[in-house]
Amino acid sequence: MLEYAFMRYGFIASFFISILCGFMGVFVVSRRTSFFTHTLSEIGFAGAAFGLFIGTSPVIGMLIFTILSSLMIGTVGNKVSRRESSISVFSGLFIGLGILFLSLANTQSSYATNILFGSIVGIGVNDLKTLITLSVIIIIAILLIYRRLKYNSFDGTGSHFNAGYDTAISIIFLILLASTVSVTAQIVGSLLIFALLTIPASAAKFFVHNVWGMIFLTFIFSLVGTWAGLYFSYITDWPVSFFIAAIESAFYLVAISYDRLKNHD
Amino acid sequence: MKSKVLTVEHLNVAVEDRTLIKDLSFSVYGGALTCVTGENGVGKTTLVKALLKCKRHSTKQVHFLVRPDEVQYVPQFRNVDDDYPLKIKDFVSLSLQNSFLPWLTKSEKNRIQKVLEMTKLTEIENEPLGRASGGQKQRAYLAQALVTDPKLLILDETTASLDKESRIYLLQVVVDIIKRTGAAVMFITHDPELIRRFGDYNLEIANHHGVMHEVKGDQASC
Ligand SMILES: Nc1ncnc2c1ncn2[C@@H]1O[C@H](COP(=O)(O)OP(=O)(O)O)[C@@H](O)[C@H]1O
Ligand SMILES: [Mg+2]
Repeated sequence: MLEYAFMRYGFIASFFISILCGFMGVFVVSRRTSFFTHTLSEIGFAGAAFGLFIGTSPVIGMLIFTILSSLMIGTVGNKVSRRESSISVFSGLFIGLGILFLSLANTQSSYATNILFGSIVGIGVNDLKTLITLSVIIIIAILLIYRRLKYNSFDGTGSHFNAGYDTAISIIFLILLASTVSVTAQIVGSLLIFALLTIPASAAKFFVHNVWGMIFLTFIFSLVGTWAGLYFSYITDWPVSFFIAAIESAFYLVAISYDRLKNHD
Repeated sequence: MKSKVLTVEHLNVAVEDRTLIKDLSFSVYGGALTCVTGENGVGKTTLVKALLKCKRHSTKQVHFLVRPDEVQYVPQFRNVDDDYPLKIKDFVSLSLQNSFLPWLTKSEKNRIQKVLEMTKLTEIENEPLGRASGGQKQRAYLAQALVTDPKLLILDETTASLDKESRIYLLQVVVDIIKRTGAAVMFITHDPELIRRFGDYNLEIANHHGVMHEVKGDQASC
């Protein structure tokens, strides 16, 4: 299987995507921004379509849309973004806008739908380079603001009153998240990224109870899921995203069962 | 030897356009427990939030004599539900913000251990905070504030949800800290017994006005 370049690239890409998901996912989950992360996929889709429509590259459109909405959420407030009804409104609106821009652009519409349903199989060397660069940037950024981000994400109230530049930290994080979603969505599809940013970290927090432990275990869950997914996809010819989503969901089910057993007997 | 850590002069406390407290003046001293009392809704929490806004830049009305990072506020409400994942000792470490290192130094770890002992949390330091009881949670919030070694500690109804024994226990920890470190503590409470027993000053807020007076201690009789 590894004699094929596209499989090798898939395995390498999975490794870096898992690093990204370890570092970002733990904070996405602890900040309860999973819903917003999902909306970001749709906002990103609309942005990519907009990019095609005005004739620049889709990733530029995507970055503009996702970063602007992160700024909006970061300043107007998280409360609105967590309300379920506003999530549905945003999702609907942006998918609609995406479809509109696509039909207006009238070109390469498969490219934009790839952004939703892309796959980890079939990526090239340049995609790999982009992923590695992004991973390095995200890790450095997170390490630079690590203590502040940890306080802000795991004790928002305490951090709000007792640490300075609290809103700035939230906005920096949302921009990092927007960039992660936009760049990785080009390569593997935003629905897969959404799954990998939320499910492994949600499972990890039932097993370990400190931040570095959660980052590491999230990385492991994500890596095992993507690598096993690639392997099963290779031998069955079924879509890799299906296997990844199924394996990650299985991790989550095991995690909540483990939690039930541990705390209810 | 009592040092001032905060002076408030002619402050009006308002929320939106409603004035809650008018022309309020008082000082907070190191080494003393200053209680803040008043009916629900008189504006105690709003007052504290207004004070904290001036932590970085003192104004004519609110003047801090300690650095912003020497002030710790333990809020009345906190988002910690049953699922909260972090261990108690990791929760306590969150407020350590005077370093950029992504790991804790040896001296920070020692400091955490010391504070966990003071607040009697050592035994359960590795339990997730979400699983802790109400009293343990309040002690963890207190520990998180104490680990920074604050010069001014503001407790907002920290004892409100606790039974009598745990209240007195928590206050004893606080009074110990005051004696040992000379920190100033503002303690918002409804509990007359705690005020009588532990308070040095009482800032009473009623009818949109606040008056501060010394508490006649009856500590000897306890
Ligand atoms: N953000 C806000 N917007 C509008 N009203 C508020 C806000 N915060 C508090 N209030 C009102 O201000 C009053 C004082 O509240 P608060 O300071 O919490 O009282 P206390 O802490 O003394 O019980 C209450 O009537 C409350 O409803
Ligand atoms: Mg209050």
